[in-house]
Amino acid sequence: METLLEKIALHQDYIYIVVLMIFLGIEVIGRVPSVLHTPLMSGANAIHGVVIIGAIIVMGKADPSNYLALSLGFLAVILGTLNVVGGFVVTDRMLEMFRHKQK
Amino acid sequence: MLLTVIYLLASISFILGLKMLSNPASARKGNLIAAAGMGLAILGTIFLYEESDGTKLGNYGWIFGGLIIGTIIGTLAAKKVKMTAMPEMVSLFNGMGGACAALISITEFNHLAETLHQPHDVQLGEIFPASAAYSAWVGKSIVILAGLIIGSVSFSGSVIAWGKLNGKIHDFAFKGQHLINGLLFLVLLGLAGWIAGVYENANTTVFYVLLILSLIYGVFFVLPIGGADMPVVISLLNSFTGVAAACGGFLYNNKAMLTGGILVGAAGTLLTILMCKAMNRSLLNVLIGSFGGHAADVAATRAQGNYKEITLSDTAILLTYAHKVMIVPGYGLAVAQAQHACHELEKLLTEKGVEVKYAIHPVAGRMPGHMNVLLAEADVDYDQLLEMEAANEQFSTTDVVLVLGANDVVNPAAKTDPASPIYGMPILEVELAKNCIVNKRSMKPGYAGIENELFFQPKTSMLFGDAKKVLEAISTEIKNL
Repeated sequence: METLLEKIALHQDYIYIVVLMIFLGIEVIGRVPSVLHTPLMSGANAIHGVVIIGAIIVMGKADPSNYLALSLGFLAVILGTLNVVGGFVVTDRMLEMFRHKQK
Repeated sequence: MLLTVIYLLASISFILGLKMLSNPASARKGNLIAAAGMGLAILGTIFLYEESDGTKLGNYGWIFGGLIIGTIIGTLAAKKVKMTAMPEMVSLFNGMGGACAALISITEFNHLAETLHQPHDVQLGEIFPASAAYSAWVGKSIVILAGLIIGSVSFSGSVIAWGKLNGKIHDFAFKGQHLINGLLFLVLLGLAGWIAGVYENANTTVFYVLLILSLIYGVFFVLPIGGADMPVVISLLNSFTGVAAACGGFLYNNKAMLTGGILVGAAGTLLTILMCKAMNRSLLNVLIGSFGGHAADVAATRAQGNYKEITLSDTAILLTYAHKVMIVPGYGLAVAQAQHACHELEKLLTEKGVEVKYAIHPVAGRMPGHMNVLLAEADVDYDQLLEMEAANEQFSTTDVVLVLGANDVVNPAAKTDPASPIYGMPILEVELAKNCIVNKRSMKPGYAGIENELFFQPKTSMLFGDAKKVLEAISTEIKNL
């Protein structure tokens, strides 16, 4: 019990971030019209591509003689970039059509 | 220091971007803002990231190589994909993110295990300074393992969802599948707990077993779910990947990854629930319903009635002399790329004084909002699109309903037949209109695999053929009248 409380105190920043972000995530898209469900899903999809940062760190830290780490990291960077770039471009393409029509 | 500010800006851009994405007027700008924040975070990481001992990142050639390859493939894929295939594309990109998270976990675990299993025991104290060595190990390994499991499930699940949407993979369910899935899930948790709980267990073989089991679980998780429910599944897997990204945030003490990941995890979960609500079903019902798996049997027992066909010229006459026409678009319209032909017909009818509206079911097509995106591409006026409730109020005053490649969303069985797998789903009540013309390629049942009694009703006439060709032909007929 003591240690659990200690842990909570030690990591309170994280706990605050997680809790607040959960509420924020729900609040932010709470009133989305169904028209935008697809672009919103696609946009959110691109945002979780932020995992690319982890891939870059892994790649950058890899020992140049460790080929396993190098190739895994390289693959991770490619896949992460696909997620980010593909995600944002697809979303933009969907939304472009909306703007087009508003004129 | 600067990097901290950059990550802060990135986090704000994600929140702002998501907020703006949920409003039609600002959506596009929101997407660009989030993209800019992401770009900033990526560049910042490459050039400014430092380990706690001050070492900078290396292997720039590899990093930029990966970024360039990913950018080229990603841009090409996203630009070339047809509007009909958008949902598949989103699913695939989501899977890439999941795989990325899993790969990070694999590398970090290998790294951790290598350091752990070096001959001298004193190593432990060096890796985990202070007395908190054990709990630090538990914390770190939990985060790594969670990233691995969630990322892998998201990856293999997304690939299956992608295959289902483009018809490469068919619904597949066997007896006791839910039981096996449940057991597999428990095994995953147990194995992860076993590795995280005792660091002596931390060998790479067990770790790879966990990886393979996670991948299998992702496949089994999505396989029995009917193709019509894939949008919900993709949205759910999308939020999974968000959580996997957040695990990376814990691992690297990185606030941008953490905020972005949790934000998407929460928003994605809500979006999933909103989508289920649009179909009047609970998430649990979607996940364990094996929708479509047993639907074939139901369809087989339904009595086949007689249907009548209508000619193109009769359709043209019926439409031209109607006061009010309601168009119900569905996946068939998307497949045939008939949105422009549809808009042409609509303009033609409007010129002749016919009031034309579109009735949009929230889950028409393969994704919520799919039809809106498609019709927007063809320049259809926003005001002409009616949402389900508004449309249902107007069907009784409508002369002709033209159903274009929609099926399950107009199936009256959802209201009348408790045995039907779609029972309880709100539908467009097209049978209230005076006439109903249904365009389909054949009498084959829709995506859910169930017969539609609407087609056999006396007010309904069938107009077979590819939606685009049929619409163009009708337009020609109307011009010749």
